[in-house]
Amino acid sequence: MNCCFSVGHEFIVPVGILARRYRAARTKVMTQALTTPELSQADVQPLLTPAFVRVREFVRETHDIFTLKIEPPKVNGKPFLIRPGQFNMLYLFGIGEVPISLSGDAEDPSVIVHTVRAVGSVTNALSRLQPGDMIGLRGPFGSNWPLAEARGHDVVLVSGGIGLMPLRPVVYHLLKHRKDFGRIVLLQGVRTPRDLLYPLEMEAWSHEPDVQVLVTVDAADATWTGRVGVVTTLFKDAVFAPARTMGMMCGPEVMMRFAQREFEKRGVPEDQLYVSLERNMQCAIGMCGHCQFGPSFVCLDGPVFRFDRIRRFWEVREA
Amino acid sequence: MIEQGVQASTEQGILELFSSHAFLRGLSEQHRLMLASTARHFQAVPGEHLLREGDEARSFYLIQTGRAAIQIHRPGLGTVRLQTIGPGEIIGWSWIVPPYRWQFDAVAVTTVTGLALDAASLREKCTQDHELGYQLLKELLTVVSGRLSATRLQVLDLYK
Repeated sequence: MNCCFSVGHEFIVPVGILARRYRAARTKVMTQALTTPELSQADVQPLLTPAFVRVREFVRETHDIFTLKIEPPKVNGKPFLIRPGQFNMLYLFGIGEVPISLSGDAEDPSVIVHTVRAVGSVTNALSRLQPGDMIGLRGPFGSNWPLAEARGHDVVLVSGGIGLMPLRPVVYHLLKHRKDFGRIVLLQGVRTPRDLLYPLEMEAWSHEPDVQVLVTVDAADATWTGRVGVVTTLFKDAVFAPARTMGMMCGPEVMMRFAQREFEKRGVPEDQLYVSLERNMQCAIGMCGHCQFGPSFVCLDGPVFRFDRIRRFWEVREA
Repeated sequence: MIEQGVQASTEQGILELFSSHAFLRGLSEQHRLMLASTARHFQAVPGEHLLREGDEARSFYLIQTGRAAIQIHRPGLGTVRLQTIGPGEIIGWSWIVPPYRWQFDAVAVTTVTGLALDAASLREKCTQDHELGYQLLKELLTVVSGRLSATRLQVLDLYK
């Protein structure tokens, strides 16, 4: 009998192909960054087993969101490199491991910044860390935002809730290499005013030339003088040239589906749209199958996907 | 709230606003002219009500500048802002739905300017000219549909 196990409810993977998949996945993880010509393979080898790293700083961002600034490990004596969109596995020994996207400046090798929302047992335990505490770190894993492809384009970033975290490194990159890009538009939606992330930075970004930052909340009381409404309502005020726009989205999938339709209405081609998907990622190397999305594994082939390449699975419903 | 009647000198300004306002872009010039005759400029300062829940819906507002909030007061819990409306958008459709009473409050968050169209005249013109009524309702339905869709997303509470 062919032994199978169900992953992602929609697809069945025969165990017999797992060995082949493991070899392919490992090769992919090890060489993923070669698509970025500036980096060599030796530069980007991920840590496949946890390295001990020290928490340098703990920053409380909102009532349930915090930022960890971590001393980066050395990889074969070289700096730890991670690109915008990629993630690390943070490991609290005896408790568990979680995938967390980079939310800091990828071009600053002196520190790894992760912003985390406390929602489960591991992230709640992470929220109790203090400077000096040690944690485990594997990574970096996954695909990255298409910053090279975005050169010469307007860039529209759409984020919902904590979806801003993986997009913040993109903003850093765009602002550092300002002349390489057209207009920068950031559309951010959050639940309530108290859930606003990085408000001082957002304010500073909004004053940069040709940068438009629009923020809205889903619900507010009468003391809030900003916008109220879902993030897609911001599109009508966003100024960008659709034909030469690169759209990047991160947030709840329902939000991204509606945001994609707004891009479509404005005429942005599908191959210029990218989404960062969230699934139950556990192994981070495409082996365990928990994060299967169609024929892809989000941890290995994603989390950043070009929209036209996943469109046919976009509205497939999980059982 | 300051409201000014249409003066001959401002009619051209009103027509220009009519042709540039996103809501009316799909209407013919003839229909815009018909609507312009019902229009008055208005201005509301922050905190001022444009509409109050339960009041008769006497005007249809086209926002030119500023931001207003649709909100509702919950006894004992305070006021909840449901949505904000900005330039190029409209406020109010209860003027065309019996019994012509506002369902929510609308308050200026920043100074709001625009045009207020007289509801009774609008209804009369729509009754007399069904083509105008159809075009107006079509534009209105596009707005209502967009807001309903946004409201459904809000109800999902996606970021919880």
